[in-house]
Amino acid sequence: MVLVFAEASKGQFKKTALEAVTYGYKTAQVVGGDCVVLTLGEVDDAGQLGKYGASKVFNIANAGFAEFDSQLFAAAIGNAAKELRAKVVVLSHTSMGKALLGRLAVRLNAGSVAGAKTVPSVDGNTLMVTKGVFSGKATAEYAISSEIKVISLASNEIPPEETGTPVDVENLNVDLPAPKVKVLEVNLQSGDTAPLPEAELVVSAGRGMKGPENWGIIEDLAASLGATTACSRPVADTGWRPHHEHVGQTGVAIKPNLYFAIGISGAIQHLAGVNQSKVIVVINKDPEAPFFKAADYGVVGDLFDVVPLLTEAVKKFKAA
Amino acid sequence: MKLLVCVSKTPDTTAKISFTDDGSEFNAAGVTYIMNPYDEWYALVRAVELMEKGGGTVTVINVGDASNDQTIRKGLAIGATDAVRVNANPKSALYIAKQIAEHAKDGNYDIIFCGKESIDYNGSEVGAMVAEFLDLPFISFGNKFEIENNTATIEREIEGGFEKCQVATPFVVSSAKGMAAQRIPNMMGIMKAKKKPFVVVEPVEFPDYSTPVSYSLPAKKTGVKLVDPENMDELVRLLNEEAKVI
Ligand SMILES: Cc1cc2nc3c(=O)[nH]c(=O)nc-3n(C[C@H](O)[C@H](O)[C@H](O)COP(=O)(O)OP(=O)(O)OC[C@H]3O[C@@H](n4cnc5c(N)ncnc54)[C@H](O)[C@@H]3O)c2cc1C
Ligand SMILES: Nc1ncnc2c1ncn2[C@@H]1O[C@H](COP(=O)(O)O)[C@@H](O)[C@H]1O
Repeated sequence: MVLVFAEASKGQFKKTALEAVTYGYKTAQVVGGDCVVLTLGEVDDAGQLGKYGASKVFNIANAGFAEFDSQLFAAAIGNAAKELRAKVVVLSHTSMGKALLGRLAVRLNAGSVAGAKTVPSVDGNTLMVTKGVFSGKATAEYAISSEIKVISLASNEIPPEETGTPVDVENLNVDLPAPKVKVLEVNLQSGDTAPLPEAELVVSAGRGMKGPENWGIIEDLAASLGATTACSRPVADTGWRPHHEHVGQTGVAIKPNLYFAIGISGAIQHLAGVNQSKVIVVINKDPEAPFFKAADYGVVGDLFDVVPLLTEAVKKFKAA
Repeated sequence: MKLLVCVSKTPDTTAKISFTDDGSEFNAAGVTYIMNPYDEWYALVRAVELMEKGGGTVTVINVGDASNDQTIRKGLAIGATDAVRVNANPKSALYIAKQIAEHAKDGNYDIIFCGKESIDYNGSEVGAMVAEFLDLPFISFGNKFEIENNTATIEREIEGGFEKCQVATPFVVSSAKGMAAQRIPNMMGIMKAKKKPFVVVEPVEFPDYSTPVSYSLPAKKTGVKLVDPENMDELVRLLNEEAKVI
């Protein structure tokens, strides 16, 4: 049996949770048994996860789940996995999932793969799973040989698929410790675009922008596409843009469907965090900029001319 | 306070990544190694800052073979008071965490720092594992860290923003950009490092449940298609019809 922890934020399932359920369903088909989903705390309409392949959904109710404490959450998921005799536990490779995966590996005496990109294949009692390594510069295949396995699924790898119908939600009771971490404040960027790690479309700009006052054309392009904005490291370091927008080896690693690199030279540390994007468009006035080697489409030109034209073209396309 | 910082050695960020012909192993020829940036720039520096302000000790720990000694000495040069190397050639995060937890369990550490992730295996796993082995709270991806009277206030990165949380010692924290500013070791630090306590201990037995068995490099891009800068309608058309991404 495969147990999937479906992460919710303010009671709503995120896209990454739906991806994890689809992944759990596909994994169950490979390893045998059902795909069972666990939800924690107050969530809206957990039964809908049946559509993505859950044969059953369990919920553990506890007021403590309103704030994230990895010890409390790992105890809940770990105890549920033991009680339900899960063979594989699936999490999302999100900030929450990353804090939980290692804890569950210890609790369940399990081998783990963090940030899986593929549905496992089976070789006897061993599961084979691939993940990105060397900050996206390579892929490794891992063999997990323990009795129980824990896997976190990288985002934007397995699209959610509707394969079933809603199911019933059952309550589950497990022993839980008292939380020790107190959340004082949550600060989320306003706006309705997806956070960077989950974004499918990203418009990113670098030092070629000359200064923060010029970012309006980047925001306009992003808005026309419904894309999330990002930036290179020096741009965040000098405070032109907020730190959470910094992508690359020492920033956020992303793999959207479409990545626009505008006025970014394409240093190896930058590429490390973005080169898994499905399609890369580079806009740079220097035809020798290294980024063109990693690009699918390139525009050699002055970004201050090209970007507004592109925004107009996108708007025209969207309106058509 | 007694602080422990977990440091790993990783290929330099500009290293060309390649593998042996059969894809079974990382090709280390010609690769220079560094201390994992998250461990060095943020975890270690913040720990040293706390010690400079409030006293105590900063121990660096690494699980690795003797080729890691240079990296560990750099940690001492930056300001750690002493170092431990668990003499092993680790193949899995769980193995590493077990060794660190073995060292820490009787060490009475107030805080165990590690990096957000290692830039080679990118697991973000070791910190959470150490915390679970020791049954301690774990705060991941801290980018601001303050402590007063054994209660730390930590800002941690979450999707699309951050969360400010509070936790009492002892606990484990993983460090992300923002927690401290990189320090370059000076001559004095390097000289002092030579005289600081540095012990090498043997590992405890522990199985490897999950190990990489083969590696591959991404398929090369077939070449960039250039679009006339005056004709952005064409770019939009290509993205829609050919690449199918908008
Ligand atoms: C250990 C380490 C880790 C690092 N991690 C990261 C990381 O995570 N992320 C990251 O981004 N960097 C990282 N870096 C920094 C990296 O090496 C580069 O310095 C950085 O990516 C360069 O940013 P940039 O491309 O914005 O600026 P530049 O390299 O200055 O490039 C600006 C580009 O804009 C173009 N340009 C200028 N004007 C125009 C115009 N009018 N129209 C069109 N194009 C124009 C130029 O041709 C140039 O290509 C790291 C470095 C180190 C040493
Ligand atoms: N071999 C090691 N020795 C000591 N600490 C390590 C080792 N490997 C990883 N770590 C620590 O664990 C963190 C997360 O590593 P990882 O789980 O590999 O992403 C690193 O930033 C280090 O602080």
